[in-house]
Amino acid sequence: MGMTIVEKILARASGQAAVKAGDVLEPKVDLAMSHENAALVVNQFLEIYKDTGREPRVWDPSRVAIIFDHRVPAESPKTATNQKKVREFVARHMISKFHDIRGDLGGICHQILPESGYVRPGAVVVGTDSHTTSHGALGAFAFGIGATEMASVWTLGFAVNIEVPATIKVVVSGTFPAMVGPKDLILHIIGKISSQGANYRVIEFHGDTIKRMSTSGRLVICNMSVEAGATSGIVPADEETVTYLREEAGVKDALDLVQPDGDAVYQQVIAIDVSALEPQIACPHTVDNVKPLAAVAGTRVNQVVIGSCTNGRLDDIAMAASLVRGKKVAQNTRMLVFPASGRIYQRALDAGYIGDLMRAGAVVMNPGCGPCLGVHEGALGDGEVALSTTNRNFKGRMGNPTGEVYLCSPAVAAASAVTGVITDPRRGA
Amino acid sequence: MSTNATKKEGEGFQVVTSTVAVLPMENIDTDQIIPARFLKITDTAGVGAHLFEDLRRLPGGSLDPEFPLNRKEFRDAGILLAGRNFGCGSSREHAAWALAGSGFRAVVSVSFADIFRNNALKNGLLPVAVSEGTWKALASVASRGGEVSVDLEKLEIRWQGGATAFEIDAFARTCLLNGTDELGYILRQDEKIAAYERRHVREVLT
Repeated sequence: MGMTIVEKILARASGQAAVKAGDVLEPKVDLAMSHENAALVVNQFLEIYKDTGREPRVWDPSRVAIIFDHRVPAESPKTATNQKKVREFVARHMISKFHDIRGDLGGICHQILPESGYVRPGAVVVGTDSHTTSHGALGAFAFGIGATEMASVWTLGFAVNIEVPATIKVVVSGTFPAMVGPKDLILHIIGKISSQGANYRVIEFHGDTIKRMSTSGRLVICNMSVEAGATSGIVPADEETVTYLREEAGVKDALDLVQPDGDAVYQQVIAIDVSALEPQIACPHTVDNVKPLAAVAGTRVNQVVIGSCTNGRLDDIAMAASLVRGKKVAQNTRMLVFPASGRIYQRALDAGYIGDLMRAGAVVMNPGCGPCLGVHEGALGDGEVALSTTNRNFKGRMGNPTGEVYLCSPAVAAASAVTGVITDPRRGA
Repeated sequence: MSTNATKKEGEGFQVVTSTVAVLPMENIDTDQIIPARFLKITDTAGVGAHLFEDLRRLPGGSLDPEFPLNRKEFRDAGILLAGRNFGCGSSREHAAWALAGSGFRAVVSVSFADIFRNNALKNGLLPVAVSEGTWKALASVASRGGEVSVDLEKLEIRWQGGATAFEIDAFARTCLLNGTDELGYILRQDEKIAAYERRHVREVLT
């Protein structure tokens, strides 16, 4: 019987010839990622060794990645002290894949991992962040875990008690209409299958639309697969993946482009044609409350946010800049832009996008998670409405339980920043 | 909460018998369970004080008397009955800590989000998935203030006039019954770790 791509990856990581959905395994981990919550992992990790008389030791320091992104620079002494503790741990345990708060090498973990060449096709990647699913964009099996589970990975080098998930195959065909793209596609899928439609399952993306999609776009759809409840999203690696890893991430070693078998068993197959897809909006307060833009056009917006691990890449910023160039952000609307990494920020500066955005009135912030989870900056006032390219619109997400968050593509966000109301970018701002 | 629902240090999870607090909303996400602003807190009990912080309070900050967990009859409940897809969203382990830290031993729902379920199992909090029918029966018991027993040993939920079986991951069940969490399991892997380290050192040196 054939295997899905994740079954193949897990079989290899567990030293077995074949596995199937439902099997329970202990797969070796190729990369273990944490952000500031590494502070919690460190606590649990030290707890494992307490009273054992053994020196705490990370199984392989070269396979642990720690990236500061959630609260950068620190917003409080407590955060700064947590970051300091992690820094000390990193030095003591010689963890090399560490990205501190820096303008050159810093950024959001889900952008730093791909652009630094840390993720390879066929790898098992775990992260103490639910959006670790992003890295399926490069053909890896990547999923989120808690701090305690990560401490066990740091100790053992493998994940304990992993049940092989069943897979939903999503076949996407057609060419996106102008101003419609990967974000609209994934919002459409989440709206269609609901926020629990892929619970405990992997979404494997196929079809000519995916074949033509850039790695940046694939990161968007895999990133938000978790919003449909998926354990992970994954795009089988192809020429685009190789080009990205060689040219963007500087990877030189041999790549193994793991593919699913032709006779793999899928729990469900969903076909989607994007040729007539409308811009999509996820309305408050669940990500699966998705409507075509027309249903909410004209809604007054107090804050527009463009950035995050979902949509803070160069093509997103280029799109936003092109829509506000020579125009002004509407009165009484704030436009916040935060690139996903220092590298992207620098390129956006060099290309003139940052200048376009600032001259239009946008506030360009440092790379990081910024306003997305509402703990650092860019909080909403009581009853305010945000339109955001981020990935969650849960009640209170942007720091205020009375605020409302709508999710959309960078094109919709930028067009709406100019008008101050939710606006179809195809109609012009 | 009744005494047998209180976890004692090192004691395994056999049966929880308690009243049941009901949160019928579906898709209760991790931001509702514990808002992100409390994630800097690193002790379990400290997080527990902020469980459902934004749902509990009215605009203005006072406790909402209508919110089920604020009602006197549910204040000591050790079992939470929640709408489907409970715990969706973030990987924050604080969500499980907040529930365990405020005295919950079991959460019953029609379905759970993946990462939350795993985090709960690692923190002595039992996520029990039940059918729609059982959910409704339990909601009815809860509304009368009745007690429900979640029996991990027998894999059974019991209430006055009814009972049903439930399933749980075998490894997690063993850990919970023995009163060890995954960290405890890893301690028992000590020899594996030592063997790995001996091998690793040899590889590095050669």
